[in-house]
Amino acid sequence: MEAKEINKSFENDYSSIVQSSSFQALLSEKKKFIIPFTIFFFCFYFALPILTSYSTVLNSKFIGDITWAWVFAFLQFIMTWGLCMLYSKKATKFDEITKQIKSERGIN
Amino acid sequence: MNTPAFLMFLAIVFVTLIITYFASKKTKNASEFYTAGGGLTGWQNGLAIAGDYMSAASFLGIAGAVALTGFDGFFYSIGFLVAYLVVLYLVAEPLRNLGKYTFADMIAARFNAKKIRGFAAMNTVAISIFYMIAQLVGAGALIKLLLGLEYTTSVLIVGVLMTIYVIFGGMHATSWVQIIKAVLLMGGTLVISIIVFAKFNFSVTDMFAQMKTATPLKDAFLNPGVKYKEGIDTLSLNMGLVLGTAGLPHILVRFFTVKDAKTARSSVVYATWIIGIFYVMTIFLGFGAAAFVGTDKIVAANPAGNMAAPLLAQALGGNMLFAFISAVAFATILAVVAGLVLTAASAFAHDFYNEILKKGKATEKQQVSMARWAAIGVSVLSIILALGAQTLNVAFLVSLAFAVAASANLPVIIYTIYWKKFNTTGAVWAMIIGLISSVGLVIISPNVFSPEVGKAIFVGEPLFPYTTPGIVSIPLGFIAGYLGTIFSRQKADVKKYEEVLVKSNTGIGIADNS
Repeated sequence: MEAKEINKSFENDYSSIVQSSSFQALLSEKKKFIIPFTIFFFCFYFALPILTSYSTVLNSKFIGDITWAWVFAFLQFIMTWGLCMLYSKKATKFDEITKQIKSERGIN
Repeated sequence: MNTPAFLMFLAIVFVTLIITYFASKKTKNASEFYTAGGGLTGWQNGLAIAGDYMSAASFLGIAGAVALTGFDGFFYSIGFLVAYLVVLYLVAEPLRNLGKYTFADMIAARFNAKKIRGFAAMNTVAISIFYMIAQLVGAGALIKLLLGLEYTTSVLIVGVLMTIYVIFGGMHATSWVQIIKAVLLMGGTLVISIIVFAKFNFSVTDMFAQMKTATPLKDAFLNPGVKYKEGIDTLSLNMGLVLGTAGLPHILVRFFTVKDAKTARSSVVYATWIIGIFYVMTIFLGFGAAAFVGTDKIVAANPAGNMAAPLLAQALGGNMLFAFISAVAFATILAVVAGLVLTAASAFAHDFYNEILKKGKATEKQQVSMARWAAIGVSVLSIILALGAQTLNVAFLVSLAFAVAASANLPVIIYTIYWKKFNTTGAVWAMIIGLISSVGLVIISPNVFSPEVGKAIFVGEPLFPYTTPGIVSIPLGFIAGYLGTIFSRQKADVKKYEEVLVKSNTGIGIADNS
């Protein structure tokens, strides 16, 4: 019985956290960043096989015998590393909001 | 028998057994066994993720694929790397916050139903064993070629070693074997790449100019379309590659070995740099092998091109470099199979035994001993299957594991974290349909049925025209989860979702793993 009660009060706690303005701010910050960038990297990634399969535009030369297909392939690496670092930078901001949510609740 | 190679193989066996000895002293309870007590740093786990991920298929397979098919072989490198953005942006941190020991823990954090945990554990075991057969078949072929041992003996050696690491050293030993392997693999690949680049006068334009005439493919070598001529097939392959990683159970469990979501994040960042640099170097491995070993010699050693990297080492640095690179390939296989055995054994011992059979009440001692028995069971089963699978194409088995992971695991992971209305029925549908459709489509694909005798396992017309199932089975997994949720009319547990939302985003209320 007692255990159940503790459980219940915890459940109410989660609801109140979800409703708090700081938690809502965290969710909207995350959405604003994660959704557009996820769409972007999927588009960027699938553009390569789509272009190589259905067109020959990437077969034209960039410098010497290096074609655009190789340039685009290498850009996939740059894109991945770039978005990786961008995420870590952005995430420190998420961490700050999380810290605020925790301190509001007296959790460390 | 190649003496330097034999000695270097022995050195690797010796060092890994010493690691296992020290790890065994730390492996006292379930948490130490499954997750190394959650005590790894971001750097250590980043290296371990890289060591867990860059399998023999990456090292031997991609080097061979680039050497034989040029640009088309490089698709694998790109897909395997970009996949880490899916892991970092969508999966890693929520997974760390919701799970404890296994991928099924995370799903169970939202749906506390035994059947859900059971299906998640079943998918884990299925994917891990497919992947393991691929590694063991590769290992058998490699050791046979390098040391002249019989295929059966070779598979048994690797099988016995992986079992020893896991049953005595658990996650501690597995992690350190993976870390050392990652360092060796990066070092070996870097040495070869520098020698290859030097031979092209350190000029990228020189390299491309020479590659244009270096292979029988001539110009076509540098253009896409040598291997993948069918657009849908190429897209299907790429879809499986980019979405599979985030559903691979042996990669997912690595996020439980660190203390919090922040460290999980930094470990993905380190892993992405290491893995990315490695995959850039696969160009040098592939081009170098094509130019300095030659297509004929590569194909003669192995029709799929799997020996391209060791042969390149021999051409560049003689017997010593050949022995070193072969030993690196050996360490690569050991590290990956150890991770797979541990993952499958955790699913048996933690999910099936402790959580389902014992209702979460097994003692620490019972859990660890069950995990050890499960590891032995998983190893024996995989060894037997690998002995029967000698003639199967390794790359095919790996792509199967990726497609099953993307179809059966990823939809349920994404919905569990992000979809408020998702419910138990949807979760079961997503996992079952994803598994059945991906495995089923492979069974009726050209990999299994071919009109030409000897080209596939059976002779006949394939009912499914594409070599990888992802383009159909991944959407099916997502659709099944959606329809299951909508049609069941079962109300989603809002309270539970609020709990998951708070935990996954902030880590509030999760048990401290350290």
